[in-house]
Amino acid sequence: MPKLPQPEQSGTIQIMLDGKPIAVEQGSTVAVAIAIASLPCRTSVTGQPRGPLCAMGICFECRAAINGIAHRRTCQVLCEPGMDILTQ
Amino acid sequence: MNRVYDVVVVGCGIVGSACALECARAGMSVAVIEQDTPGSGATAAGMGHIVVMDDSPAQFALTSYSRSLWNELAAELPPSVEFNGCGTIWVAADDDEMAEVHRKLGYYTARGISAEVIDSAALREAEPNLRPSLAGGLRVPSDAVLYPPAAAAFLMDQARRHNAQLLYGRCVGAANGEVLLGDGTKLQAGIIVNATGAASPELTPGILVKKRKGHLVITDRHPGFLNHQLVELGYLKSAHSSTADSVAFNVQPRQTGQILIGSSRQYDDEDSGIDRAIVASMIDRAALYMPGIASLSVLRIWTGFRAATPDKLPLIGPTEDPTLFLATGHEGLGITTSLATARLLLDHLLNRASAIPLEPYLPSRMAVGAAHA
Amino acid sequence: MTQHFQTLVVGAGPAGIAAATCAAEAGSRVALIDDNLEPGGQIWRASRGKPGPDTSHGGGAAQWRKRLLASSVTRLQGWSVFDQPEPQTLRAEREATAANFSYDQLILATGARERFLPFPGWTLPNVMGVGAIQAMVKAGLPIRGKRVVLAGSGPLLLAVAATLHDAGAIVVCIAEQASLASLAAFSVSLAIDPAKLLQGLRYKAVTLGVPFHTGSWPLQARGTERVTSVVLSIHGRAEEIPCDYLACAFHIVPNIELPSLLGCRIEQGFVAVDDLQRTSVSNILCAGEPTGIGGLEMSLVEGEIAGLAAAGQFARAKRLVPKKRAMSGFATRLARAFALRPELKDLATDGTIVCRCEDVACGALRHHPTWRAAKLHTRCGMGPCQGRICGSAASFLLGWNADSVRPPMLPTFVSSLASAEKEALP
Repeated sequence: MPKLPQPEQSGTIQIMLDGKPIAVEQGSTVAVAIAIASLPCRTSVTGQPRGPLCAMGICFECRAAINGIAHRRTCQVLCEPGMDILTQ
Repeated sequence: MNRVYDVVVVGCGIVGSACALECARAGMSVAVIEQDTPGSGATAAGMGHIVVMDDSPAQFALTSYSRSLWNELAAELPPSVEFNGCGTIWVAADDDEMAEVHRKLGYYTARGISAEVIDSAALREAEPNLRPSLAGGLRVPSDAVLYPPAAAAFLMDQARRHNAQLLYGRCVGAANGEVLLGDGTKLQAGIIVNATGAASPELTPGILVKKRKGHLVITDRHPGFLNHQLVELGYLKSAHSSTADSVAFNVQPRQTGQILIGSSRQYDDEDSGIDRAIVASMIDRAALYMPGIASLSVLRIWTGFRAATPDKLPLIGPTEDPTLFLATGHEGLGITTSLATARLLLDHLLNRASAIPLEPYLPSRMAVGAAHA
Repeated sequence: MTQHFQTLVVGAGPAGIAAATCAAEAGSRVALIDDNLEPGGQIWRASRGKPGPDTSHGGGAAQWRKRLLASSVTRLQGWSVFDQPEPQTLRAEREATAANFSYDQLILATGARERFLPFPGWTLPNVMGVGAIQAMVKAGLPIRGKRVVLAGSGPLLLAVAATLHDAGAIVVCIAEQASLASLAAFSVSLAIDPAKLLQGLRYKAVTLGVPFHTGSWPLQARGTERVTSVVLSIHGRAEEIPCDYLACAFHIVPNIELPSLLGCRIEQGFVAVDDLQRTSVSNILCAGEPTGIGGLEMSLVEGEIAGLAAAGQFARAKRLVPKKRAMSGFATRLARAFALRPELKDLATDGTIVCRCEDVACGALRHHPTWRAAKLHTRCGMGPCQGRICGSAASFLLGWNADSVRPPMLPTFVSSLASAEKEALP
């Protein structure tokens, strides 16, 4: 995975979301990063857009692929520099 | 409620519902007794693999006949049944197993079952997630997979269109033309069909059916991970053994993109609880063939009981009680052979010639004193 | 490789923190295992960028955290327990690693989750739970200037409204399904518990100016890509209210999956325990919401009792029982005041999705006699939430009972089920 340049300003980090680099505050969860980008985390089996429902790791509505692994619960994962996120 | 029927089928699994449909379609009055919900026993627990097996001539005859019936029916099956003509690949790990692949090819093609040998490169192309060092395999394109509970429900629905009735209740007695339910209801039947699977000896004491426990694991949706049902040739050794606990690499792509991971066989364990050691060795075997399977997400693990007979062939046909017929003992081939079982049964009831001989499956073949080998 | 502890505590919410700390202070070798990134559970969930737990809900969060960190408790954060592979041993997963943890005494403090009831549009993005929106804001969701409608039921509505208000959100209104009469009776009863009165007044002060409708519930969430308005039933009229977020949940249901898996007796949906928090299984105790929804203070004292009992300090544990008993009145009055009204069963139409994992609508479920039949024939409950969300809803809508619990208790990697010698060390 190519290294993403990280911003000078401390407190923000760069991640990739659906192929685009975005800056997020350190300590944000991936679910929050996806929400800030106004994207749904996933599309349901009949094509509906979905985002977090419980935000505590139980509903699995916030699933997205993180660094190539599908079905990760994004509300339970902190953003890390260079992370590659693909909404499902 | 009408209490007199031409046929009362006990058990609305895949075999019972198939029998109900055949008999109802032939104009008989049919009732099916179900204690839970259609397709909730071994039908719900199994893999839904429709496969031609060459274990013995009689098994070959039954599975190939029944597979052709499924393929004829395929166009009528609703989406819920998830019928997928994806085919099977019997996977060969080494040259010894490739020799077996060639033998199987000869056997199948001589009998009109289309099959092709694929080499290591072709295998990798067909299934990129298999580990690269395998020798090759035998591809059987007309094998299929489906979701069994929906298939049982469909067959029962079709039977109801021909006026069959589904009655919920627990059957406590079935003999001499009379079926007794747990709530005291009595039904008169010209013919009773015991299609209760692994529990069939409880209803008809003395029949040589034993429980053979299996485990399955299902993953979340990972579309594109797997294209065919993949079975290692060692599966046959596992299915053949009558005594040892065993696991074999056997995986299935579901239409949802989920992967079903099997398979295991255990004797002498009537506990429906999950055996973690068996699951672990089943997973180890799967990961050996498909290393990428390790990072898939598991949603559920469950167990079920196959109905196993001493000679690995089902019991189809009359008992000493002229009103009582058996349609049970299908071991791991219940889904595959359900349609043929029903057809053979009807042929026998109508005293007409059947497409394949019924003799190998007749309950009377079980000599007194025969035990599981 | 199995790590062994004298006392293993599952769940690092208030009950678990209290249990682990007390057991360790009493001399037991303790581990506290929790699937979140930081201890605190839901109510004490830490905010991004702010060290330490959320202290706004009281209960002494900061003091308990200090005590926990000062104790000898081994904190295992980020681990999800999914099975009991053999007696006295739990198996858990963290990222792609799985490990076994064995124990002499086990304290289950698995807390509760919000109850979601389906209504048209509830699956739209930005419709989420009440505790959920608080968790998202704490995890960095920008909420300043955003319009939020809170709906559903329970004291959490007011508590979260306060948090959102503090964070600069526009709390448009709160729709509580309980009637004014039930709530009035509850408010009066608060006077009997002085600590609760203070909490109640604080919430009331914060939400001054925010319309608080009783006998009110959501009829529909509208929008296409995300929610843009919610139609509420307010005093019998339907009123459409534009919003950016709809936070809606109807109380909480206890997380009894792990206790069930371990064979603990469950009565009326809760784990049966004696005065010292001991379950029907020897060496297993349970504290907090899974034994009965009693709130923060109750969870803490139950945790203390369980921790002391696990460490063999029965006399000290017994001395706390009167304190616990004094609080049970509050728990009963809470449940009665906020009981769910039957109209909520009619919110879902035939086309409303009940199982979100598999997109199974209410109409498909209704004619099945049992949960198991519905599951087999509609796929409801066959998704990754393992029936937690839809099961609680179906239980309320259709009266069905859940299946028995099988491992894995949460989705795990295939590799976590492989043989022990293949796993990596934690």
